[in-house]
Amino acid sequence: MHNFEFVKPSTLAEAVAALGTDEAQPLSGGQTLIPSMKARLNAPGVLVSLTGIAELKGVCREGDTLVIGAATTHATVAADAAADFPGLAALAGQIGDPAVRNRGTIGGSLANNDPSACYPSAALGTGATIVTNAREIAADDYFQGMFTTALEEGEIITSIRFPIPQRAAYAKFLQPASRFALTGVFVAQYAAGVRVAVTGASEGGVFRWAEAEAALSAQFNADAVAGLSHPADGMISDLHGTSEYRAHLVRVMTQRAVRAAQ
Amino acid sequence: MAHVKMKVNGREMGASVEGRTLLSSYLRDLLGLTGTHVGCDTSQCGACVVLVNGQAIKSCTAFAADLDGAEVTTVEGMANSDGSLGRIQQAFQDYHGLQCGFCTPGMVMSTAALLAENPKPTEEEVRHYLEGNICRCTGYQNIVRAVMAASGQDAGALAAE
Ligand SMILES: Cc1cc2nc3c(=O)[nH]c(=O)nc-3n(C[C@H](O)[C@H](O)[C@H](O)COP(=O)(O)OP(=O)(O)OC[C@H]3O[C@@H](n4cnc5c(N)ncnc54)[C@H](O)[C@@H]3O)c2cc1C
Ligand code: FES
Ligand code: FES
Repeated sequence: MHNFEFVKPSTLAEAVAALGTDEAQPLSGGQTLIPSMKARLNAPGVLVSLTGIAELKGVCREGDTLVIGAATTHATVAADAAADFPGLAALAGQIGDPAVRNRGTIGGSLANNDPSACYPSAALGTGATIVTNAREIAADDYFQGMFTTALEEGEIITSIRFPIPQRAAYAKFLQPASRFALTGVFVAQYAAGVRVAVTGASEGGVFRWAEAEAALSAQFNADAVAGLSHPADGMISDLHGTSEYRAHLVRVMTQRAVRAAQ
Repeated sequence: MAHVKMKVNGREMGASVEGRTLLSSYLRDLLGLTGTHVGCDTSQCGACVVLVNGQAIKSCTAFAADLDGAEVTTVEGMANSDGSLGRIQQAFQDYHGLQCGFCTPGMVMSTAALLAENPKPTEEEVRHYLEGNICRCTGYQNIVRAVMAASGQDAGALAAE
């Protein structure tokens, strides 16, 4: 790994200033960034740790919204969101393994936007707001394809605001070697309708399945989507599964999520 | 170079590190605590798991400088004060929970974290918790037995057999 200058600010303002310099990059849990630096896919000149900034951590309810600081670990979300938003807590508790959950963070996951990551489906499936040091971005505008987001250079996610659904669940078909989702579906029901977001399946990254949303908004049960099938065009095809296989999983996992929704 | 201090296995220790110095390298190369193993070095195998402020983490995937001031427990810290094997280590020996032993430090540390959280786990909870610890030798049966024994439970029959 190439060497770099390490800085660990204790306030957001200091972090933003440190990221203003050329070749600086934020470090959160490091569960994605450190392996990619070892592989020399990434070689920042300055690494700005976000783990010492108290204002970026924690889970807190504000009315019908659950606000989660960007540097909150998956393990903390699994524990502290369980009462207010059990579907989200359960998703966090299925990410990777315990050691990954003790370091990896929600902000790092959403900034990275891995096409097989779990959190993007929850953010898109709830219509969450991604709050940064500069602005608020609706999830529908935030995800722009595999590993691509609306974030600008040097922009830091500070928190994520999740509208708390009436019921919701995430169903993950595990890719056992990587422990990411081969296909995962997040379903959330609101007074205004149902949202369905799919991860792991599409070459375009996380996406909403409009047909299933319409069917489930009319009738919230697993049979409502039994007759639907998602087209295989644009689905990921690799040694773990063909695009047809993933397209099939989209429906199966949607049904499992609906059955699990509480 | 920055001077990074940690309380490792109850003792104050310190060393000068570069930004890129990993916790695994800080422990092994700078402090000489070679009980922590590095297997994959890509956060897949769990051989390098240690406790940081009581939580299991992969020491190959954290920078030492990010953990300045932390309390760390490694497998060396699992022994009794007279140097004899601690409870979890003894259970791994008694139930033959290892063959080559390369994965064992991580297994022992993950077990310590599990039992701190959940003192009487079921077999299924043990298997689930050890998901991030890969063993290439044992087939896991005796590891699960050792963890059940370390938690004071019947290590005899495992459901998966
Ligand atoms: C063995 C293993 C299994 C895993 N399994 C899963 C899984 O099942 N599901 C899943 O979803 N993920 C999984 N992951 C990924 C894990 O969840 C990571 O923690 C996560 O993707 C990245 O979060 P991080 O905090 O570690 O970010 P880092 O690695 O620190 O950073 C990732 C990227 O985001 C940027 N960044 C970090 N924080 C911010 C911020 N606040 N604002 C702007 N940019 C930021 C960094 O500069 C970097 O480019 C797994 C990882 C491993 C190693
Ligand atoms: S050496 Fe750290 S996970 Fe394999
Ligand atoms: S005993 Fe050899 S890897 Fe586990």
